[in-house]
Order: sequence, then C-alpha cells, then structure tokens
Amino acid sequence: MDRRLPPREGEWIDRSQPVEFRFEGQSLAGFAGDVLSSALWAHDVRLQGRSFKYHRPRGLYSLAGHDANVIVEDGRRTNMRGDLLPITDGLDVYSVNTSGGLQRDRWRIMERFDRFLPVGFYYKAFHTPRWLFPHYENQMRQVAGLGRVHPGNAAVETPKDYAFCDLLVVGAGPAGLAGAIAAAEQGLKVLLVDEQPHPGGSLNWQWSGNPAAQEQFGGMLEQVRAHDNIELRCGTQAAGAYNDYWIALVDDRRLTKLRAKAMLVATGCFEQPAVFQNNDLPGVMLASAAQRLLQLYAVKPFDRAVVVAANSDGYRAALDLHGAGVEIAAIADLRHDGEPTGLAQNAADAGIEILAGCAIAEAVPSGGKARIQAAAVCPLEKDGSLRTGSLRRIECDGIAMSVGWSPNVGLAYQAGGRFRYAEHVAQLVPSSLPDGLFVSGRANGRFELHDQIADGRRAGLCAAAHLGRFDGNLPDSPQHQASPPSHPYPIFSNNGKKNFVDLDEDLHLADFKNAHQEGYDNIELVKRFTTVGMGPSQGKLSNSNAIRILARLNGASINETGTTTSRPFYQPVRISHLAGRRFHPQRRTPLDGWHRQHGAEMMHAGAWMRPEFYTTSGSTRDECILAEAKNVREHVGLIDVGTLGKILVCGPDAARFLEHIYTGRFEKQKVGRLRYGVACDETGVIIEDGVIARLAEDRFYVSATSSGAAVFYREMQRWALIFGMKVTLINATGHLAAMNLAGPKSREVLAGLTDADLSPDAFPYVGVKEATVAGARAIVMRVGFVGELGYEIHVPASQGWHVWTSLMEAGRPHNIRPFGVEAQRLLRLEKGHLIVGQDTDALTHPFEADVAWAIGKDKPFFIGSRSLDIVKQQSLDRKLVGLSFPAHRSGPLPQECCLIIHEGEIVGRITSIAPASTLGHPIAMAFLRPDLANVGAKVTIRTTDGRTADAEVAAMPFYDPDGARQK
Amino acid sequence: MKILNCPINGPRPLQEFHFGGELRPNPLDRKDGADADWADYVFNRDGEPGVKREWWYHIPSGTWFIAERDNVTDQFQRTYLYGAEQTDG
Repeated sequence: MDRRLPPREGEWIDRSQPVEFRFEGQSLAGFAGDVLSSALWAHDVRLQGRSFKYHRPRGLYSLAGHDANVIVEDGRRTNMRGDLLPITDGLDVYSVNTSGGLQRDRWRIMERFDRFLPVGFYYKAFHTPRWLFPHYENQMRQVAGLGRVHPGNAAVETPKDYAFCDLLVVGAGPAGLAGAIAAAEQGLKVLLVDEQPHPGGSLNWQWSGNPAAQEQFGGMLEQVRAHDNIELRCGTQAAGAYNDYWIALVDDRRLTKLRAKAMLVATGCFEQPAVFQNNDLPGVMLASAAQRLLQLYAVKPFDRAVVVAANSDGYRAALDLHGAGVEIAAIADLRHDGEPTGLAQNAADAGIEILAGCAIAEAVPSGGKARIQAAAVCPLEKDGSLRTGSLRRIECDGIAMSVGWSPNVGLAYQAGGRFRYAEHVAQLVPSSLPDGLFVSGRANGRFELHDQIADGRRAGLCAAAHLGRFDGNLPDSPQHQASPPSHPYPIFSNNGKKNFVDLDEDLHLADFKNAHQEGYDNIELVKRFTTVGMGPSQGKLSNSNAIRILARLNGASINETGTTTSRPFYQPVRISHLAGRRFHPQRRTPLDGWHRQHGAEMMHAGAWMRPEFYTTSGSTRDECILAEAKNVREHVGLIDVGTLGKILVCGPDAARFLEHIYTGRFEKQKVGRLRYGVACDETGVIIEDGVIARLAEDRFYVSATSSGAAVFYREMQRWALIFGMKVTLINATGHLAAMNLAGPKSREVLAGLTDADLSPDAFPYVGVKEATVAGARAIVMRVGFVGELGYEIHVPASQGWHVWTSLMEAGRPHNIRPFGVEAQRLLRLEKGHLIVGQDTDALTHPFEADVAWAIGKDKPFFIGSRSLDIVKQQSLDRKLVGLSFPAHRSGPLPQECCLIIHEGEIVGRITSIAPASTLGHPIAMAFLRPDLANVGAKVTIRTTDGRTADAEVAAMPFYDPDGARQK
Repeated sequence: MKILNCPINGPRPLQEFHFGGELRPNPLDRKDGADADWADYVFNRDGEPGVKREWWYHIPSGTWFIAERDNVTDQFQRTYLYGAEQTDG
C-alpha cells in the first residue's frame, strides 16, 4: 500500500529523483531526500526494528533521531538509525539485533520471560559463581545487543577541520534564525548550524499550515542567506561543548573543531511520549513525528488516528492530519478543562470528537503486534488516575501523542548552564548561564511562535552586547502566558506490564517502582540500576518521564529530585570521525642516519631514538654489546651522546645560580675545569646529575640527562626568576651534536684532528677546552663516565656528521668501533656510576645514593638543602651498593627490580644489572638495607620465575677503583 | 579546550602550556624556621576554594608567568609576569 501523498508545499523529498534501496532483502523505492524510516512508512512498512531486550516490534517514533527504535547495518557501517539515514541508490540494510530476520526474529520469545527479567536481574542472577560470568555474558550478547562490528573493514580516513566565529548559533529554527540575524546585524561573525538537512526547525513541520508563519520563515531565511556575516551549515550537529566555547561540530564527512566567543543554544525541545500499555508498538508515535512524516516527506501517517493531547500543539497536529485526509477518531485531552484556545473550536468544526479529561489506557495490538487496531480511551479521575471501569475502545491504526516537551539543552549544560523546573511551562528552564552562553526559544520556555522569534532576537542582541558590539537597550522577552505546554505526569497504568518509559532499554513503569522499592530513591542511582537513559538515544525521550516518576514515588518536587547530566555527544558520532592520525614526535640526533646505515638497532630513549647496539653478523645481541664494551676497554670506541641536555648558563650571577641549583660548589671552580653536579628538588630527592664545565668566569656549560633535560631547563628558568639573579639560560640541546671518544687509544685518535694540546699536563682529566676538531668549533671535555681515557666532543649540529666520520676514519688504525647505549650502561655500571631515574627513584636522596660527597661543605643554601639537613639526622633505610655474582653459576639471573629477600622480608631491590661484563662475571647495583650491606655479605634475590639467586655485596667501582685509567 | 592569555604571546590554547603549581614563597625566606614549618612548606598545598595564584609555562616560547585562577569556576582572571603583580595583566 502506498501512503505517499501528492506533492506538498515545503516537502524535503525530490520527486524527480527516485531512489531504489533494499531493506531486509526487499527491494523498495523512495525519493532523494527520504530517510529510511519515511521511505519504509510510505510503503506501509511499519515494523522497522526490534527492541533491545524483549525483541518487541518497533516502528517510527520521533522521526528526528530522538529514539533508537530503528537501527540498521549494511555489512560495512553499523548502528545507523532509520530516522537519520538518507536513502541512496543501492542502499542495502538489515535490522540489527534479530535472529532470522526482522519478521521472524527467534528472540521474540524473550518477551514471554519478562517476569523473570526484572530490572537489575543480571546483577543478581549472574553474580555467582563468578567464573560462569563470561559464559552468561556471551549468551546475553547474542540476545541483547546492537549491530556487529566488522574488523576487516578498510580504514576510513576522515578530515579534521578547524573553524572560528564570534557567535555559534545551534539550531536554525525560529529562535535560532532570529538570533543569528540580530547578532549578525551588530557585526558579529555568526556560524549557524542545524542537524537537519534544511534550516527552519519546527517551522518546517509544526507551523506549515500557518501562512503568516511561513511568510515570516521565508523572510528570515532570505535574510540569513543574504547576510555576509552568517554562515549556515545544515546537516551539522554541535556534538559537544568544551571549555571556552570549544565546540565539536560533526557532519557526515568530518569533525570540525570550532572556537567560538559565545554560543546561543536555540535547539528547541524533544517531544515526550505518554506512558501507557503498548505505547511502543508501531503506529504509536509522537505527534511531531506524524507532522514530520506528513510535511517533510509527504507520507500519510495513519488512516484513522486517535490523538492524545495535553497542549495546543496536539490540536494543531490533529488539524494538520485531518487536513491531509487522516480521519481523526478523537482527541483524548488529558486536561479536564480541555484546550483553552480557539483551536478547540477549529477541531470541533472539523468534526473531531474531543474527549476532555481522558487518557489512553492501552494501544490494542493487531495479531502479530506489528500494528495497532484500536485505542482504549479511559476517563481520568481528578487525581490523574485511570477510571478503568469506563474504558472505551476506539478503532484506529495510529495514536499520536502530544503531551509535553523537554528542552534539548545538553550543550548548555556542558557549557556550564544550570536549569530548574518551572511550573508555568512544566519543564526545565535556565536558572543561571555563564558569560557568553545564551538560550532562547522553546529551549528557554518560549512556545508561541512570536515569543520564540522575539526571544531569539533578544538572545542575539545579548550576545552582541556581551562581545561589545551592541550598547543599546536589551529587549525583555515575554514569559509564556498560556497553559503549560507539558503535562506534569503523562504516565498511566492499568496494571498492564508493557507501559514503556525507556524504549531503548525496554524499561517499563513497574521497573521504576521495583527499583524504588529496592531503595534506589536518588535519580543517579535509579539511572544506574535501571539503565534508564543509558541506551543509544541517551534518555532524550525517557529522562524527563523517569524524573517525574521518581519525584512522585519520593513525594518530592522535580527540583528536589534533580536532573541527570547530559554528556557529549549529542548524537552518536562515528569512530572514524574521532580517530586521529598517529602523532608521536620523535627526536633524532644529527648522526641518526649514520647509525642506521651501520647496522644500529635503534631504541626509544625518552623522546629520542638512540643506537642500542650495532649488529654484527653471527653474533647475538649480548655478544655484540660485550664486544663493543671490551673494545672501549682495550682500544677505543665512539658513542653518540647528542641526546644529553646542553644548557649554557651565562651572566654575572652564573656561578652563584649554579650553587643554588646543584648541591655542590662552583664559585671557586677554575675556568677550564669540569665538576660533577647533583641537583635535588625541595624535598631533597635527586632529580638530575651532570657535568658542569666552566668556560669563562661568567659562562658555564651544563650537561643534563637525556630524558630529564627539558624539565630541568624549565625548572632552572623558574628558579632564575624566583632568585632574581642576573643569569641567562640557553637550551642548546638541539643545536649541538655530541660524541664521546673513549678508550686507551682515544688521545692518539683525536691528536691528528685538533689544534688543542692533548698532553696530560695541558689537558688533564676533568679539563675542558674550546678547540677545533676536524675543522669544527668544539667544546672538548675530559670525562670519565665509562672509566677510560676519554674526550666528549660537542660541535654544531651541522658539523656532527663530518666530525664523527673524521674520528671513525682517524681511529681505523686503532680498531675504533662505535658503541651503543647498552655498552655504555655496562661500562658505567662497572665504574659504579649511577643513572638518575634508573638507580634512583622518586624518594632517593644523596645520602642513600652514596653521592653525599657531591654536597658542598657549609653551603648556606641550595634547593633541597633544608630538607637534607633534616634527612641527615635520620638513620638510612637503604643504600645503593654493588653486587657481584659468581662467574660459574647455574639458574636464572635476577632482572632489574627483582627483590632482595632476607629472613622472609624484602630488604632491597636490584636497580641495574649486567648479565655479562668485561670483568668476566655478572654485576649489579641494588638498594639494600644498610645493616646487610657490608662488603662481602651474601644476599639472596628472588628472580622473576620465583627461584632465587645468590650474590655478594661488592665494593664499587668494580673496575679500576683508583680511576687510574681515566686520568 | 581552555584559552590562556600568555603575557608575552597573548591568548593561546591550553595545550601549549604546562602547569607549574601554586605560587609559593621563596624557599630562601623559609629555610630558617622549625623543621615542622619547613615540612609544611615543602609538602602541603593550599586546596581551599577561591582565587589561586599559579605558575604557568608557555612551552613553545619558554615563558614562565603567573595566572590568577578561580578554582571553583575554573576561570582565569588575569595573568602577568612574575614580579609584575602591580600592573594589570
């Protein structure tokens, strides 16, 4: 049967463009501009979906995406909603959540078990035994669920866009259009968005029979389109509001991140359903849905309908339907006094029977329940309850509900607005709005069309005044004068079991009564226990009634009962719109390419990539590392240390500043000499260590750890401000390449490449020189981190490659080899040098890390000094020691972080370990209880597999304790 | 995302900034007190609702400054360079 009507003024379909599509395997035709639900209803396909839990038949309900009755998938995309899915040629969709198709869905049987499935049943039924829960969960997911995800689908890349405006107006209905025009006239750049494909909002369907309203609509639309300051985007939802009017706009193609200076929420209302027996069956729908179906898609919603009304809107809907040839069997008006306006007379003139003080007690299903055959109309007592003895059956194939509205103000909530229940409109209205947020129209409790337009204009001018573009008088906005557009309690029970409050989650009235009996008397708890408002439509049609029900159960007012929070997103957003591109910034030294060309295995080190070791064919990782280390001990090696922090500290207060930052002394440090420095935070915990080179009286060159440099530099900047010192800090980390040439042959390698005198007297250990190396200006430092004669060479980044390859070339006769981070870690462990962050943790102070020698004597102050004065008085809980393992041993070796156990108690922890060393046996560094830490003491370590390993406390350094080799 | 007004660079999105904790007295002025006072200074922070003076750091330009923020409404009220409290930020 074809329900399509002749062409109507303002319809959204394009009859010149027929569209062929398939639903549940059936070929159907519609027009461009149709959505799936309208095109199906045009063919009288009323059964369009199955409910989540009971698999009840469901059909078109709001036709605005406010419900989630009709959800389909096409094998690629899933969970698309019939109200919002435009039909296109070749569209081939199936209903989700059925077994054996929509018509024959095997899970229909679930409804018979409803009395075994009360609210909260799965919390109770599947609680124990716990090990069975995965089984139950799997079973439940088969029965109750939404569409399937197809992991094999090709990735979809969606663009991300950015936009800016003075004022964002959300909703292009009467209030939004008027607000956008008023603001734009004052010079504001306005972005006007609407989720529907066409502007106008309710003007398209609610006021379509009103020529004056249509003329006004046309005039406003012309102004909007002509105004240079207004950009209109339809098919765009404002999905979420974040701090400082940072708004997510979502359209079919992309996510736009909008920065607005102010926001006008003119989003109107969600029409709310009445609650009665079988109020979910196909054929029962919101009056606004019937009007949308009629006016936007030219589809006749019903042949013979009963309208249940509690406001003027219901009468307007009845007259619209009547005008389109729908027989209106009756208007059941919940109000005992009926409709106060002239609309009542208009309805009577049209021959419509008006039943004042009556409700619908039940929608009577036809066989198969996919349609309705009658409405059971019932008079109401003065207290609002049904007089069930006086039921009257009225034959009909449709029920249109017009009993109230709930403002669509989730965005305003997210932007910081607060709302209260106002009796004069029986809905929430703004009680306080933050600066820059405005609400107008029906969302602001203005329902008469001229009031909506006036309120929109007021809000637009207020926004202009807020942004300093308007200083005239701001108009007042008239309050709603007529009777409330919403019924305070449109909920009716004739002891039926199928009076639905939340269609998404199949919750009926009894579920709320049960929840309340169980003690859930707070809206947030009720929400979590019943899951009301937690389905795909997020309570757009259920939260309002749920609050009314709970308020009545508690004997409290709506304001006392409260509201639930509406979080982003306004409507579901496809994951592809949200997915970002991978962006992990990575730092590479100037020598990165060389390492990769020479077989380096690269590793992440903080933000940097560094060579872990260089592969050699036929050798394992550990063999390569040990060979690199041995080559440093026996010949000479070269390592890229360009990741070190490199900070220039200059100015007359430079030395004094460093004495504040580090624990040590620097005022008397000689120019041309290095000192080791340890820095603590204010609690005395070690946060950094490094080498401080004095290049001149007022110029120091400081190195910092690779991972800590950025933070350390930042904190140094702050301390310089706090101390008020004349000091300039330059972070040269990225400007310079750095390499450490180490080993007994290093002097011979460097000698041919530099103008500096390398003799031990002219350039001793811990000396620093500014010299040229391979023609490049360099800072050269005699350091001993790896425990051999060595030169750390810092050159401009652009010269790094040249200097490195020159050193490799000059070192060839001396068996030079590059070495990686792992070999360096082994070599420094042999020397007992700690790595901050590896061998220290967030509580380690210098006394337990055995670097108290780096604290300057009698210093009046350094950061952490006052705390260390206190700590010094206390006994040590632990100290950093060396551990030595026998060369010939069996069983597993501990790993870093393995615990040291003594008499069943934890007494320490491994911080660094080398399974093989140039000493011929494994060594480690560990924290250990001081009374167990004498050299030669035996310790037992629990390994990761639960076994134990024995070791002996050893004196550090393990290698070259006198430091003769680095001198 | 919030907007924060860097005194040098103007209004910039929050992701360009690093929060540096509340503005606290110079430790040089506190180091001579009792141990308990020092421990209080080091470990305790003022979480009382109200307008807080906080350190913020503009990462790309390396600028430390002070922001006054109402921690009830999460609104920044003004920003200025350290030591420039008297001038309007």
